[in-house]
Amino acid sequence: MKAADFISFLLRRGVQALVVMFVISLIGFSIQGNLGDPLRELVGQSVSEAERNALRDRMGLNDPFFVQYSRFLGNAVQGDLGNSYFFKRPALDVILDKFPATFELVLAATLIIIGLSVPLGIYTAINPHSWITSIVMAVSIVGISIPVFLTAIFAIYIFSVQLGWMPSFGRGDTVELPWGWDSGFLTLDGLHHLILPSIALSSIMLPLFIRLIRGEMMEVLQSEYVRFAWAKGLSKRRIWYVHALKNTLIPVISLGGVKIGTLIAYTILTETVFQWPGMGFLFLEAVNRVDTPLIIAYIIVVGLIFVVTNTLVDLIYTLVNPTVKMVGSGS
Amino acid sequence: MALLEIEDLEVEFPNRHGTLTALRGINFTLDESERLGIVGESGAGKSMAAFAILNLISEPGRISKGRIVFEGRDLAKLDEEEIRAIRGDRISMIFQDPMMTLNPVLTVGVQMIETLKAHRDISDEDARKLALARLREVQIPSPEARLDAYPHELSGGLRQRVVIAIALLSDPAIIIADEPTTALDVTIQAEVLALLLALCRDHATALILITHDLAVVSQITERIIVMYAGSIVEAGATRQIIDTPQHPYTIGLIAALPEQNAPGQPLNQIRGSMPSLNNIPPGCAFAPRCDYATDICHRIVPNLTTAHGQSVACHHAGQLQPQESVRDTERAVS
Ligand SMILES: Nc1ncnc2c1ncn2[C@@H]1O[C@H](COP(=O)(O)OP(=O)(O)O)[C@@H](O)[C@H]1O
Ligand SMILES: [Mg+2]
Repeated sequence: MKAADFISFLLRRGVQALVVMFVISLIGFSIQGNLGDPLRELVGQSVSEAERNALRDRMGLNDPFFVQYSRFLGNAVQGDLGNSYFFKRPALDVILDKFPATFELVLAATLIIIGLSVPLGIYTAINPHSWITSIVMAVSIVGISIPVFLTAIFAIYIFSVQLGWMPSFGRGDTVELPWGWDSGFLTLDGLHHLILPSIALSSIMLPLFIRLIRGEMMEVLQSEYVRFAWAKGLSKRRIWYVHALKNTLIPVISLGGVKIGTLIAYTILTETVFQWPGMGFLFLEAVNRVDTPLIIAYIIVVGLIFVVTNTLVDLIYTLVNPTVKMVGSGS
Repeated sequence: MALLEIEDLEVEFPNRHGTLTALRGINFTLDESERLGIVGESGAGKSMAAFAILNLISEPGRISKGRIVFEGRDLAKLDEEEIRAIRGDRISMIFQDPMMTLNPVLTVGVQMIETLKAHRDISDEDARKLALARLREVQIPSPEARLDAYPHELSGGLRQRVVIAIALLSDPAIIIADEPTTALDVTIQAEVLALLLALCRDHATALILITHDLAVVSQITERIIVMYAGSIVEAGATRQIIDTPQHPYTIGLIAALPEQNAPGQPLNQIRGSMPSLNNIPPGCAFAPRCDYATDICHRIVPNLTTAHGQSVACHHAGQLQPQESVRDTERAVS
């Protein structure tokens, strides 16, 4: 790939990302106007109407929409999303404090998904008649139809309550890393606490990924080029793990990347069930308290994560797929 | 002894309703450096026969009967590793559509070198050298650059040349080419065929050329097999088949050649269409479309019988009047 192609790709994706973030900011802003009256949160009931109006004027709440929105946007670009009503601190800081917890949970779930779905997808595609395949496929059908909070609650009941093997809530011990990143990956207790939540979170996507990889691989195994590879006298291993697998994983990367992005949304449920101190748990609390700045900050941060992962996935897809040219890979 | 002897080959596909016999009673031989053509309408079982030779019938199909004797061994009875060693080394294949044959995510060089490495201990460097030499042989311009190219960067004609180069890598005893030019642009079909012919001559490689185009085989092969609905209906020297076709199906194929028909006139097609394999009529499979069919044709399957080196499966073989313009045919196809 040429450098010029690469720069033009980044520019295109950059512009797309900006458009998406712009839309997300609009949504965030309109929530601000619709979720309760900020004055009531700030001053309570005992203030007179005249005083309220003066305060509204001072806060710019009586300005035209466009003026208010550009002020919101201007502040947002500088990282100022307002103060959390509850924590009395900048909302963005509150959210970002919880980012490592959520990131590590999603990362662990992603590793579980990749680590299981790739070998299982390959195995079930190569051995369609094996009894292991029948079991994997049956379990994955059941898995697709069970909601994540049920999985989570069952897991807690069995492994924490009945067997007592696993902690049922929290992150356990964490280690403070540079930039205020507290990691649970580096302590045994932290890893122990990570097991159930990450398995529960991965269980949402795992069946889907196994079926995706299996379906894709079976189709590739029927292709003319795989037939030709057999006719060339290549070994099974080479045909399966080089010829077929490469062509299987390329489409899986682009589809799977988007799905992994949506895991972020499912962390709200998982974190709440396991009281995992991450952004999702925080978000649900913020909703309960109608902590509007925090809600908005969450939406914008998650939107940003989504945009960044999608761009990364696209970039990887383009790098590994020789038949796609950078320019014009567009959407 | 012949290089390849196929005896009473039968291929079956078990399915819900029972068993579908895709090939039955296939008998033929191929001598060293001989060029043999297999013709017949689409669906006749030509590709099936080709894949059966290398035991490459896809599941659930299987070779249910017969022997495929190559260099003294029955290929149908070899274990996985033994047949793998023959594929692409002693017997190579060229597929129909070069747009689909090459793996889109591997470079030409990788796809050539892996073939060599699958069959012998060879250094990367030597393998690359040999691959380059083969690309030169198939007359690919700037072969060094092509080695690092992906298939989608090459035209259809160039891709088929790459496929031919791959087939040629190990200097095989037999190349099986399954409609090697059907998917190509008309303007380059002749070029690729001429190249294939020249290479087989230079390397003394035997060729099985599969096509639905009688005109093509008549220019290249020494012998012809005509297939219909999974069976051989006629076989013999190319000249014999073209000059004195015995089976009504072969006669019909020749009459349908564009050269046989006056410009502007509709082509002289054989009426009707080939029966599907699960619906083959009793008796001669061709009888429902045959102008000469009599009572016996609809009841009894004709055997392949040989006279003067020409085999025909027809109850009325030798009794049919030669067609009006057999001599025109000769002019047209040569
Ligand atoms: N997997 C399969 N199951 C059942 N029948 C098949 C299968 N594959 C091919 N056939 C049948 O075998 C016959 C021969 O096909 P093929 O060898 O491709 O014909 P040709 O190459 O002469 O056009 C066709 O009638 C086709 O329908
Ligand atoms: Mg065919």
